Amino acid sequence: MHEISIALSIIEIAEAKARERNSPSIQTIKIRLGEFTTVVKEALEFAFEAARIGTLAEGAQLEIETVPMVLRCALCGPVTEPARTVCLVCPTCGLPLAIVAGEELQVEYIEIESEMERV
Amino acid sequence: MDRVSVQTSVLKANQEAAAENRRLFEQDGTVVINLMSAPGAGKTSLLEATIPALKGQYSLAVIEGDLQTDLDSQRIRALGVRSHQITTGTVCHLDARMVARALAEFPIQTLRLLVIENVGNLICPASYDLGESLRIVICSLAEGPEKPKKYPVMFHKADVVLVNKTDLSAASDHDLSDLITNVGEVNPRATVFAISCRTGAGIEDWIGWLREAIAFRSNAVGSGR
Repeated sequence: MHEISIALSIIEIAEAKARERNSPSIQTIKIRLGEFTTVVKEALEFAFEAARIGTLAEGAQLEIETVPMVLRCALCGPVTEPARTVCLVCPTCGLPLAIVAGEELQVEYIEIESEMERV
Repeated sequence: MDRVSVQTSVLKANQEAAAENRRLFEQDGTVVINLMSAPGAGKTSLLEATIPALKGQYSLAVIEGDLQTDLDSQRIRALGVRSHQITTGTVCHLDARMVARALAEFPIQTLRLLVIENVGNLICPASYDLGESLRIVICSLAEGPEKPKKYPVMFHKADVVLVNKTDLSAASDHDLSDLITNVGEVNPRATVFAISCRTGAGIEDWIGWLREAIAFRSNAVGSGR
């Protein structure tokens, strides 16, 4: 259950950006979460609920975009149907497959209350 | 309301700390192993089987990560090797900042080899780079052959996978070749050794490989230590 650590890191990054803009509160934090990471979406949402308390993100929504895993063979090109579950070997030629997408764990953007709105 | 682009990795702070650790390790010519497995797969037993063969040849030390107790550190010290315990409390993995803090009170500049034994866990430690030179994952045949498929990120990122407890094949009714096939499907590039820390089977091959890896990496960083 390291989703608490992940949620705290997300909030730390979002707060730093909000402070740069002198914003008093964050409304939305949008992240991209790859399928081939160790982070579980539901566990992260649950952890975020607790981690945001007392921060600029206290009232923020966490929006999570799940990024599907995309595999590619250097010889045969994109591989849509792995031979077996989590098989990172090309079903046609047997070469190791590259993971093109699915390892993302990134804060994309935040939506903040602007300084003007506060005044 | 303003939308502000961030485009920052969630693990950025850890990655920066890991890069700084790696810079120090390379500057000192220290080869660093991040040793990971499920609880009970044999991390400390592997060190007990490996260290006696290496300690006369290299200056080495161990950092132990555990939620509670310094029992593993005591096992390492019994081998006559320096060991430092990081007790994480409730945190299920080591991160680069914990290692950096440990290094402040546990100097490693004179070391050729540092082993960091991570918290027993096949999930969370996979996400946290510590600045290591080698990622080594142990799984035991007694756990069953499907672990690499259930915890693919951990196995995918390993440089070496050690399959331990091969002496329990008959007792556990698990087939070694099924497990090694699954490792190969999740990580076709991994170097794999089948070992038994209890009987010593395969340990000599593993230690031979490790000596080569230490020599190769030490040459790469130009250390004569």
